[in-house]
Amino acid sequence: MNNRGIEGFKKHNHRMVLFILFMIALTTITAIAALCINSDLDLTSVLNILFNRYGPGVDVIDSSIVWNLSLPRIMSALLAGIALGAAGAVMQCVLRNPLGSPYTLGISNAAAFGASIGIVLLGGGIIVGQSSAFVQIDNPYIVTASAFTWSMIATAIIIILVKVTKVSPETMVLAGVALSSIFSAGISLLQYIFNEYALSTIVFWQFGSMGKATWEELSLILVVCIITGLYFMYNRLDYNALDAGDDVAASLGVNVNMTRILTLVLAALVTSIVVSFMGIIAFIGLLGPHIVRRFVGNDHRYLIPGSMLMGAIILLISDCIGQNIADFTIPVGIITSFLGGPLFLYLLIRGYRKKKVNIIEKLRRGGAGE
Amino acid sequence: MSLLEVSGLNFSYDDKKVLEDICFEAERNQIISILGPNGVGKTTLLKCICRMHEASTGSVIVEGDDISRISSRELARRIAYVPQKTYATQTTVFDSVLIGRKPHIDWTMSERDMQIAWNVMESLGLGDIAMKYVTEISGGEFQKVQIARAITQEPSLLILDEPSNNLDIANQHITMRMVEHVVREHGLCTIMTMHDINLATYYSDRFMFIKDGRIKAYGGTEVITPETIKDVYGIDVDVIDYNGQPIVIPRKDQPQYAHMVRHGVGGHHHV
Repeated sequence: MNNRGIEGFKKHNHRMVLFILFMIALTTITAIAALCINSDLDLTSVLNILFNRYGPGVDVIDSSIVWNLSLPRIMSALLAGIALGAAGAVMQCVLRNPLGSPYTLGISNAAAFGASIGIVLLGGGIIVGQSSAFVQIDNPYIVTASAFTWSMIATAIIIILVKVTKVSPETMVLAGVALSSIFSAGISLLQYIFNEYALSTIVFWQFGSMGKATWEELSLILVVCIITGLYFMYNRLDYNALDAGDDVAASLGVNVNMTRILTLVLAALVTSIVVSFMGIIAFIGLLGPHIVRRFVGNDHRYLIPGSMLMGAIILLISDCIGQNIADFTIPVGIITSFLGGPLFLYLLIRGYRKKKVNIIEKLRRGGAGE
Repeated sequence: MSLLEVSGLNFSYDDKKVLEDICFEAERNQIISILGPNGVGKTTLLKCICRMHEASTGSVIVEGDDISRISSRELARRIAYVPQKTYATQTTVFDSVLIGRKPHIDWTMSERDMQIAWNVMESLGLGDIAMKYVTEISGGEFQKVQIARAITQEPSLLILDEPSNNLDIANQHITMRMVEHVVREHGLCTIMTMHDINLATYYSDRFMFIKDGRIKAYGGTEVITPETIKDVYGIDVDVIDYNGQPIVIPRKDQPQYAHMVRHGVGGHHHV
């Protein structure tokens, strides 16, 4: 029996696994580098502090900086990147739209709207200090809970729309655009009505920042990440089947509606948790998967973990840039948008060029065009 | 016991009857072509057989089991469906075929699954492009990949919706030869919808003419008569014998053509 095809396929799979391992290594290196830059210590002292926190010869202040300031920040970036990258990858699949992401579906804006309501109407917090660089939110859980509730409401609206009107998944992104604009109008209204303190608190909250989350909050995010990540990975072949079309997936025994809705709900859940604690971080859900797709194609066995890691790397780097480029800290949400926009445009142009080359090659081979 | 028994099948959508009292049986080693104008419920019938549409009344029995009583996984092991519209995505041909093993696996693909997929690919001549992305192959190859995936599912019933659609004449025949080969080799039963009656007569054993959601005729080549075609499609044709095989030739000078050209063909896109 001729097995060269199977060998070739296995080789291809090995390359993909190697790519994921490489990404893991890269993420680890980026995280440690960011940790060093962030805490202003060299590699050996950081590693020393990490591995024996209260050990002899460890400076108490350095240790405190690493464990209480830098490490939560790095972990925030890691977890948020992983969560948003994964959410983007699966949403693009179930919505059958390359623009699918928590941001484009209006979930991020809904969360921001919820947070604004929490801040100004539910007395969640008000700004203290002279500059907007430091915001004290008195009761972060009210803001977070409100953000979470509203993002879930947005998700519910989208799912009900799908159920009732049976719109195509492609159309769902349009519904997301509509929702997005409604919620941002709501935010603007709140900003317009209330005083400037509330205004600056809302504005500041909207900028995603890695410096907001505490260890307790991070562990909550971690738990949600693990649960949703496992669900996404368990369904990786269902996503591959869905890519070929709903009918193909259904004939392969995939429960199409159930998978689509559960995936959307979980992606919204993980997004809203991140947005609730860290603010809006745009473009990670788009950039992560689109960059990784250049290397592994659309195979969700590798695309999902790859997008998670790529999201984490982008966010770590963006946060580092935001912290060090100016005398003051620039919120990471601004950096990701500034980096993400042009990079995304570049990817689109490159994709277009590649497509053109493909079409020309196909024409030369005389293949029957689709 | 027949492989497939459809009895008393009715399907309505928004109070509109799409299928009415469909009854037929199909055996292994049979290729059945469903013929009829657009919009008469051909695709709906296929979807009812694979439970993508739930029939209002009636039953579909596959290998002795009513499809409403088996799990979607079990159903997927018995019936494979190749829809008219599928999407090309950036995965390799090998992956796209291998996904056909989905109903048979739990967590991961085994060596055996890969072997089955590879054997199917080789027998359909897809071996050389196995590691290409599906987005990079031609339309004819893409259609082969779809059928290869369905065969990798190892079903007993293979359902194809317009398998020859959008293919040039060479690829139409290559695809149909492939289907014929697979049916004979694996002892499957294939039900497919067709537009081209002559292509259907070349490769099918049984013919089912549907009009307005009802079966007008079902049987071997003897049902391909000018009367049936006039009844179903509303045009006059000659049926001539070519080496024992009926060939359908539409007449050019039909009085109703002038009317159709002026007023359209009653909502149908093709004649």
